[in-house]
Order: sequence, then structure tokens, then C-alpha cells
Amino acid sequence: MGGLDDLYQQLILDHYRNRRGRGRIDHASASVHEHNPVCGDECYLDILVLDDRLVEVRSDGDGCSISQAAASMLTEVAEGKRLEEALETVEHFRLMMHGEVEPDEDVLGDAIALEGVAKYPVRVKCALLSWLALRDAIAGYRETTAHGG
Amino acid sequence: MGNSVTAVDATALKAEFPLLATPRPDGRTLHYLDSAATSQKPQAVLDAMDAYYCETNANVHRGVYEMAAEATDRFEAGRTAAARLVNHPREGLVLAKNATEAINLVAWAWGTRTLREGDEILVTGMEHHSDIVPWQIVATITGAKVVFAPITPGGELDMDALQGLITERTRLVGVVHASNVLGTINPVAEIVTMAHAVGALALVDATQSVPHMPVDATAIDADFLVFTGHKLCGPTGIGCLAGRPSVLEAIEPFLGGGEMINDVTTEGSTWAEIPLKFEAGTPPIAEAVGLAAAIEFLEGIGLDRIRAHERELCVQMLAALDEVPGLTVLGPRDPDRRGAAFSWVMDDLHPHDIAQFLDSKNICVRAGHHCAKPLMRVLGTQATTRASGYLYTTEEDVLALRDALIECRSWFGVG
Repeated sequence: MGGLDDLYQQLILDHYRNRRGRGRIDHASASVHEHNPVCGDECYLDILVLDDRLVEVRSDGDGCSISQAAASMLTEVAEGKRLEEALETVEHFRLMMHGEVEPDEDVLGDAIALEGVAKYPVRVKCALLSWLALRDAIAGYRETTAHGG
Repeated sequence: MGNSVTAVDATALKAEFPLLATPRPDGRTLHYLDSAATSQKPQAVLDAMDAYYCETNANVHRGVYEMAAEATDRFEAGRTAAARLVNHPREGLVLAKNATEAINLVAWAWGTRTLREGDEILVTGMEHHSDIVPWQIVATITGAKVVFAPITPGGELDMDALQGLITERTRLVGVVHASNVLGTINPVAEIVTMAHAVGALALVDATQSVPHMPVDATAIDADFLVFTGHKLCGPTGIGCLAGRPSVLEAIEPFLGGGEMINDVTTEGSTWAEIPLKFEAGTPPIAEAVGLAAAIEFLEGIGLDRIRAHERELCVQMLAALDEVPGLTVLGPRDPDRRGAAFSWVMDDLHPHDIAQFLDSKNICVRAGHHCAKPLMRVLGTQATTRASGYLYTTEEDVLALRDALIECRSWFGVG
């Protein structure tokens, strides 16, 4: 069961059972709805931006333990970050999922526990779903503000 | 069963499948429960394909030399075997890449040239994407509409609703013979009769039935019946369209190129006779050889005996899954109304997590939407876990699944 324990670290199961940052934001600066074409899992991600900073990040939707834990960890790590810094964190996470970077716990927080997912290509999509939703939400926010929003 | 058919000895049969007979690298037993996705291949199929490449590899239908004639004979033997398997006239048996391509052939060759605005294609709510998406594409081009027949909460077709949806606007009814998700076996002959009553054509997706039970295409009387090689112990890359010869003769080709022509001039071309009219380019030759070997293998066992075995498997599997707390099996419970594909949902456990846990026990199942997303929406779920058996599936496989599912709950801490 070495492989299974590597994949499902206690920290992941903990975030799965006690999910942080779950829900929606009423007057969100940007909202994104993503789904995983492999399993049909859905992910809602809302952000509230103030002075170029993510003051609130909420995620909702159902999915497997990996997708739920990843979303939970994301809300914790992203909240309070400047937009550019949040995008860098997402990129670091994405590279970790593709095995292309030595993961840095200072950047990723609890999400470093998801490193083992990189070995399971089908599950990488589960972990990335909410994180890429944040990237899209920030892009969407910037687009609306650039157009005088 | 009314007649006494002796079931197959699945344990003994495993020995004929190298992948199942060879111990895994870690020495443990593999429990392959994903045959609805693809079946394993017996040694006889591998040998036949090897022999073709080692002894008579040549292109078909053109070479004058003896070896090319031998290659053509072996290739055409695949067609003969496929036609025999489903009791269909040989000239109506078109070889394609897979069942999906066979349906696309019908959608493009017949649908795009025939359908008009106001026409309807009726498919059922339990179709695989392969019998939905081609029609949606054709509908976009022609202005026709794709209509879905509903299914009951028990996972069967609502026959009254289906009858109500077949109207003078219906041009084709597409129905799956055995559902790849629910296992449901549909009364396809009855549905074909309903389609013909309004002058519509009928297409039966027999992908999940032909490998598992006797299927008589002549008795079903569909205008098109499709199935694939790789789910019936044959290789990937070859599928079959059993089309009514008079319909195939009346429609234009799908793909153009070599092989499918009668004459080509700078002014235009004329078509070869059916079935070659629908087989442009070099066909899957070794795959046809493998298909013939697979069909001979199944016939040697007997499709009625395989069905009897899977009926017994249904009883075992339903009893086993019933022992798992919080598990709900989807689809019919009557073994006479279902095949050996079993989908379920479990309280508080996601199919991906279940399948991942089962993998750690060397149990191969499928997790996801099974290319049937409209059905998933009707079932009120996004994904299910599916175990599917075949002639080599044993009670030991079923019990290993049951034990692992029970353990899975405690491992994830959901009781």
C-alpha cells in the first residue's frame, strides 16, 4: 500500500474531511465554473479582490478527495496574496503536478502534500481543477477592470 | 434458464489469456473487471495476427502474386466470421476502425445527405456518446433535431414514452442493445419494429451485447447494427457495421480513396459494390485476421454458454455488492434483463477514490462518466464506479471486489 499512502497523505485526507474555504462569495470580483471532462466533477471558484489583493477565495462543488483537498488547500494558500504572487503560486503548483519543479513548501503551504499526485496522470486533472480556476478568475477580473469595470 | 446450458469454466479459460495467466510483477493476482472498456486477448488471437505478419503480410485486393491472394483470403475471412457471428449477409458487413466510426459512417453517408430541417433523430437516454455526438454534428449541419427517449428510475427504457416520441418526423431511431453503464438489455427488435412502422430507419449499437450473448442481426432487423472487435477478445482498430444491403446500396460513400471505387476519371468516379464502397484505403488487415480468430474462439466456447456464465455472474455480483455498506447498484436487478456491467455509487466516496483504492488491490475497474454524460445527469450523479465481467471473470474476482470495497470505506474513514 506504499503507493496509496504516498498519494493519500494524511494532510490530504484531513483537508478532504474538513474542507476549508468552501462556499460562494455573494459579490465576487470574479467567478469561474470549471469541470473535469474525465469524471464530470464541477468546481466553482469565487474571488474577492481589494487593492490588487485576494481578500477572499471560496470554492464549491463536489469531487474526489484529491480535487476537494486541492481546493481546500488553495483557498488557504491564496487568500491574502497579491494577484501576481497568487499566479506565481498557481504556476509553481502546476509545474509540481507535471514533475517539472522542486516543490517549495514556503510557496505551496499544505498543498505540497499533493506532490505524489504527479505520478498519477489521470488524477493530475483533479488536483489542478480549482488551481487553474483561480488563474482564470484572476484573468477574468483583470479583463473586466481593464475594460473600465 | 429454461434450457440447460452448461456455464463456462472461467478459471480454466483464464489460462488461455496470457495477460490474465501471467502473475503480476508483485506476484499478486490481477482482477480485471474492465471488460466493458476492452476485453483481454486469448493466445489464439495473438498467434493468428503474428502468423499473418510472419507468413502472408501483403496488401489486399490488388496483388497478383499468391501471397497477396492469401492475405486477401485471410482478411476476408474476418468479414465472413463477423457476418456469421451476428447472422447477417456477408455483403452487408462493412469493416471500419471501430463501432464509433461505423456510426459516423451512417451519420455522414446517410444523415448529412438525407436529413432536413424538421426531421428528428431519436436516441435513448442511455446511449454512449458514440451514438449521440455524430447525430448532434449532423443535426448542426442539416437543421435536424436530436431527441432523447427517457429512461425509468430503475434504469430501463420507458417504452411508452419511446413509442410517443416516434412520429412521422422521426427519420432514424438509435438504440443501444446493452448499456455500458447500467447493463440494461433493451428490447431492440421491438424498437426496430416501432421505427419501421413510421418509415424511419433503425440503428442498434450492439457493442456491449455481441461479445456476451447470441445476437441475431437478421431477427433484430435493424437497418444498421454496429459492434467492435476489441471488446470480443479481438484486437483494437477494427469494428463492424452490419447494414441492410439494400440501404447500403442506396447511400453514397463515407470516405473516398483507394479500394472503394469502380472507376476514376478526371471527370469523376464511380463506386465499388458494397461493402467495399465503404472501405476506403488499406483496411485493418491483421486486425481482421485477429477478429476472425477471436470470433472462432468465442464460437468454440459458445455464445449461449458465455451468456449463461454472465447470468450467473450477475447473481454473484449483485449479492456481493449488496454486502457493501452505503453502496447502491444502478440498473436492473433481474439477471435476465441485464448484462455483466455493474455501475454503482457509494455514500461519501468518489468513484476516483474508489477506483484508486481498488487499483492498490490489483483490481481494475472504471471510474467516470463512461462516455454517457446525458445518462449521468438523469441518474443524478457525475460519475459512477463500474466493474464489468466477461467469460474469464470468476467468483474469486467478485469476492475480491467485495472485500476491497468494504475495506475502502474504513480506509477513507467513512465507516
